[in-house]
Amino acid sequence: MTPLHLCLLISTALFCIGLFGALARSNTILVLLGIELMLNAANINFIAFWRYGPSHGAANGMIFVLFSIAVAAAEAAVGLALIIAVYRHQKNIRLQEATVLKG
Amino acid sequence: MTLPVQLLWLIPALPLLVAGIGALTRHRGVALAAIFAMAGSFALSCLALAGALQDPSVHATYNFAWFDLGHGALRLGFLLDPLTALMTTMVTFVGTLIFIFSLGYMKEDKNFSRFFCFLSLFAAAMLGLLVANSLLLLFVCWELVGLASYLLIGFWFHKPSAAAAAKKAFITTRIGDLGFLLGLLWLADSTGSLLFYDGGQGVLEATALASLSGQTLACGLALSTAIGLLIFCGAVGKSGQFPLHVWLPDAMEGPTPVSALIHAATMVAAGVFLVARVYPLMSADALLAAVPVHALTVVAFIGAITALMGALIACAQNDIKRILAFSTVSQLGYMMLALGVGSSTAAIFHLLTHAFFKALLFLGAGSVIHAAHHEQDIRQLGGLRTKMKVTFATFAIGMMALSGVPFLFSGFWSKEAILHAAHEWDVSHLPLYAGLCAVVLTAFYMTRLVAETFFGKPRSHGAEHAHENSAVMTAPLVILAVCAVLLGFLGTPYWPWLQKTLDPHYEATHGGLGLMLLSIGLVGAGLGLGWALYGRKLRTTAAARDPLDTAAPAVMAVLADRLGFDELYAATVGRLNSATAAFADFLDRYVIGGLVTFLAQLGIFSGGVNRQVDEANLNGGFDAVSESVRGSGLFYSRKQTGETHGYLRVVAVAFVLLALVLALGGVR
Amino acid sequence: MNLLPYTIYLSFVGALLALVAGMKSAAAARAVALLTAVSAWGVALYAAFGFTPSSELLTLVNVPWIPQLGINYHLAADGISLTLLVLTGLAATCGVLFSWNIEERTGEFFAFYLALIGGVYGVFLSADAFVFFVFYEIAIVPKYFLIANWGSTNRQYGAMKLALYSFAGSALVLAGLLWIYSTGYASNFGLDQLAQGAATLSHTGQITVFALIFTGFAVLAGMFPFHTWAPTGHVAAPTGASMLLAGVVMKLGAYGCLRVAMPLLPAGLEFWQPVIAGLAVAGILYAGLVALVQDDFKFVIGYSSVSHMGFVLLGLAAANPSAVAGAVLQMFSHGVIAGLLFAVVGRMVYERTHTRQLDELKKLPLHRLLPFAAVVFVIAGLASMGMPGFSGFPAELTILVGVWNYSATLGVLAALGVFIAAAFTLRAIQVSFFGQAGADAAAHTPDAAHDHPLSPITWPEKTGAFLLLAATLLIGLKPDLLLNWIVPSLQSPLMKVIFHGGAR
Repeated sequence: MTPLHLCLLISTALFCIGLFGALARSNTILVLLGIELMLNAANINFIAFWRYGPSHGAANGMIFVLFSIAVAAAEAAVGLALIIAVYRHQKNIRLQEATVLKG
Repeated sequence: MTLPVQLLWLIPALPLLVAGIGALTRHRGVALAAIFAMAGSFALSCLALAGALQDPSVHATYNFAWFDLGHGALRLGFLLDPLTALMTTMVTFVGTLIFIFSLGYMKEDKNFSRFFCFLSLFAAAMLGLLVANSLLLLFVCWELVGLASYLLIGFWFHKPSAAAAAKKAFITTRIGDLGFLLGLLWLADSTGSLLFYDGGQGVLEATALASLSGQTLACGLALSTAIGLLIFCGAVGKSGQFPLHVWLPDAMEGPTPVSALIHAATMVAAGVFLVARVYPLMSADALLAAVPVHALTVVAFIGAITALMGALIACAQNDIKRILAFSTVSQLGYMMLALGVGSSTAAIFHLLTHAFFKALLFLGAGSVIHAAHHEQDIRQLGGLRTKMKVTFATFAIGMMALSGVPFLFSGFWSKEAILHAAHEWDVSHLPLYAGLCAVVLTAFYMTRLVAETFFGKPRSHGAEHAHENSAVMTAPLVILAVCAVLLGFLGTPYWPWLQKTLDPHYEATHGGLGLMLLSIGLVGAGLGLGWALYGRKLRTTAAARDPLDTAAPAVMAVLADRLGFDELYAATVGRLNSATAAFADFLDRYVIGGLVTFLAQLGIFSGGVNRQVDEANLNGGFDAVSESVRGSGLFYSRKQTGETHGYLRVVAVAFVLLALVLALGGVR
Repeated sequence: MNLLPYTIYLSFVGALLALVAGMKSAAAARAVALLTAVSAWGVALYAAFGFTPSSELLTLVNVPWIPQLGINYHLAADGISLTLLVLTGLAATCGVLFSWNIEERTGEFFAFYLALIGGVYGVFLSADAFVFFVFYEIAIVPKYFLIANWGSTNRQYGAMKLALYSFAGSALVLAGLLWIYSTGYASNFGLDQLAQGAATLSHTGQITVFALIFTGFAVLAGMFPFHTWAPTGHVAAPTGASMLLAGVVMKLGAYGCLRVAMPLLPAGLEFWQPVIAGLAVAGILYAGLVALVQDDFKFVIGYSSVSHMGFVLLGLAAANPSAVAGAVLQMFSHGVIAGLLFAVVGRMVYERTHTRQLDELKKLPLHRLLPFAAVVFVIAGLASMGMPGFSGFPAELTILVGVWNYSATLGVLAALGVFIAAAFTLRAIQVSFFGQAGADAAAHTPDAAHDHPLSPITWPEKTGAFLLLAATLLIGLKPDLLLNWIVPSLQSPLMKVIFHGGAR
């Protein structure tokens, strides 16, 4: 088992936990957390492939991850703002009840 | 001093100017302006006539381009020849008198100035029609004349009958105009020109005529025959010929001066004028032996039928204007008959004399109606002989001119000319016999009209209080009466000035004295018959039944104090006469009127069907396509539940599937 | 002449200004709209006065726009486009005058209105098929909003139907143009280049592409059986918009047929000629008959419009100089007359009586309540039925002369259409304005005017009516004014191929 495999296993586990959280929880904040976990799983992959993968050149993986973290931060900010707006509107943050956009 | 052809447009332009002014202002002075314009046009027409008479065989023309048709200019033009000059002189002269008469007749109407505006428009269009050297310009003015007639018949549009009559007149004449338009297009297509005379290139000149009569259509007709008959359709509509005469009696809903000017003297004669104008075209097929029918034969028979039928119906009418209207139909039939049998000079001669004495009769009727507080039923009138001496005297002159009382009156000479022409026609003598029958009938119904209206006792309030009208109304009557007498002497067989002017090759035919005596005898018979039935025993009350209407009392009375066979004979013949007239009236009202109604209903029905097709099928197809688009949109919008978890699940499953596909598909 | 492109720019700038002015006040928006319409018309007229008739398509602007695809911003004008530009200016000005009473969101209304006008000017000036198409689309969009927002009866339906028909038509056109461009190896979208490209297509190809393009344009010209958008659209539209719709937008379709479809693919024209002519005559008669039995006043006018546009298509289909010249003249004439009829019915009558049902109008003594409207309608009706002295007569006559040359049978049928037009117009006149001329009218007429007080006709309405009446009279008496522009233009290298049935 190479370090690369180890890293991939960890990131897969992290991704599955995140996916489960996003699909199974009804609290919108926890859904957001799940999504965040999945994103970070992807970040680990970037780092792992950069560190152990076939090409070692410039800091490609590092830069991708930095962008990804920035995007994740923005996403969290927007997501939390949405959640607050939803809360003001329906007095709870249950995702199942936020269905006003249905066709 | 003469009027050059380049300035001929001034004749219609003067009334047109007044019509334009009248459209903008409601000042009563429009009437005076209209009269002066007409008088000015009359003066110009006299100058034009003087010029035309210098050499009657010349067709002076002035042509100009109107617009570019795409493959050559469309040219219009003016034409000055004796026919035009005589007609414009007649129209402007009669028109001026009728305008003056209208001053009195329409005095109290609140749309006084509009009336003169419309009259001027009519006069302009009519004069334009006469001076045209192009079938197209003629058609344009022809339509405008129809429009002016529509406006004037419907002048009192608050009367539903007037509004309906105006519409009926317009639509009925438009049916004829459709034929005219088609003939015009066909002619334009075949010859490339619509000018009558154009230095050898015109449609009425030898080159074009030879080419037109040389071509034969699939049905065996010569091309010129087909085109001529289509153009004749227009004349049938405008001149109230059988079977399109139905509008003319109804047109009497308009003010009486209108009836006099338009529906007696001028516009209805436009059809006759048209046929006379295109006479070379109509007669181009005359020398062809192998054709099934000649255009002029059709004209002759239509004219004969109309002459007889109009006279028969006139016997059964009670409205003074309707009697005169049917009489007009009958007289126009005479003119067509004359054209058909080959004598356009006789037709124009009768047209001119008829214009004067029929205008006189209508204005006389208008004078009576005006005096009798708009009473038009001859059974309600009576006894006006002493109350309205001038009107009576002039009306009697008109009546004698129309009946054809010999020698002194113009109608006699022009009618003689027609009968002689019919006698010499070698195709058939049926038109002659129809004409002779109509002679008797005309004398008969005019006698009845005069007897009922002017003799006996007044039978209504209006007739009792009638008194002679002012000079503005009687003066035109007197002038017209003088003309109704004198005009006949322009065309007697002994001095055929008019005929020679119109047709330089005219040769006076002598002989036919027997025919003249016969027709004099027939006029006498008609007058005697009428007087015997209506004059000798005058009507006493309005409700009294007409002697023709119910036989028994009349026959009894006749038998009682006459002992004579002749009067019994008169009564039975009269009854037959009445029955035939009633039948013709029936035919007119139900068969021909019914046919027109049927066609109209057919049109409306197919319109309804089309509408259904449009709304159900064409529209339905469109709606169905739209509906299916909307349906599929609805289907997909149901898939959008708003459940975020649902979406996430779909994304996850799709992700897994994608991963599987990539893994199993062995990418790379 | 070189000023002509400014008609487009003025209109679009005016649209923006009207939008801005509308935020201040309705009166400002109106003033801006009127000023814009008049100045654009003035530009067109100024160009017309300086125009020397020639057989040349005068290039006004020609700059590359999307060079990669060979698309040039190419504007050009000849006598035909000039005729229609003058018509557009007239119709736009009168339309503004007859929209004077729009109070609701006035700025937006005039913004859409002027954008539509700008698009129309653009179409009439384009010499590049792609630019033509772009302006054509620009003209369609505002129409939808004008009808859907400011319309009356059934407006959503009418607006959507009109937009769908238009877009379906333009999809066909676009398909056809791209086909020529790609298959025919045209180097750019200029009409002359496309014509050369089209000539390299196979015969079948030319026929098919012609069918696509011609049908696409003919939909907007109201060709039977694709005409049903026209009556519903006209009825739903606000007065100003229906004046434009009948006055100029239907002309866009006919102009497209004449400018793009026919010269590009003369072989297709030759093949489809009998079909188009037959459909055109069917449209004339059919729409005339349907107009005879309508109960809604505006539907009568809407169907009469379809009937008159049938004459235009018939003239185009006959494809000889007089028929085509007549068709262009008829486009002008119909634009003026239909605009006038819609103005009377929509603005003068409907917005005062709030009904268009002939049965109800019959009960009102309209000729006394609205004498001005009655007189205008009678004159417009006479013009519409082809009375000599008005523009309809020389136009229809020229078409008939040309059509007779092509086929006498069709000429007879089309002439019958003139007769039907007289019947339905007279019926409309009698029932609507003189309906209450009945016997019972006399009984209570004196106070009838007090029972139904109607606001008097305003000055913008009078001005608009006078402008349109003057135009139809002027052209009726001197058709030369326009025909002198139109006829030479038909001899340009691009246009004259349509007369030779495919021979290039």
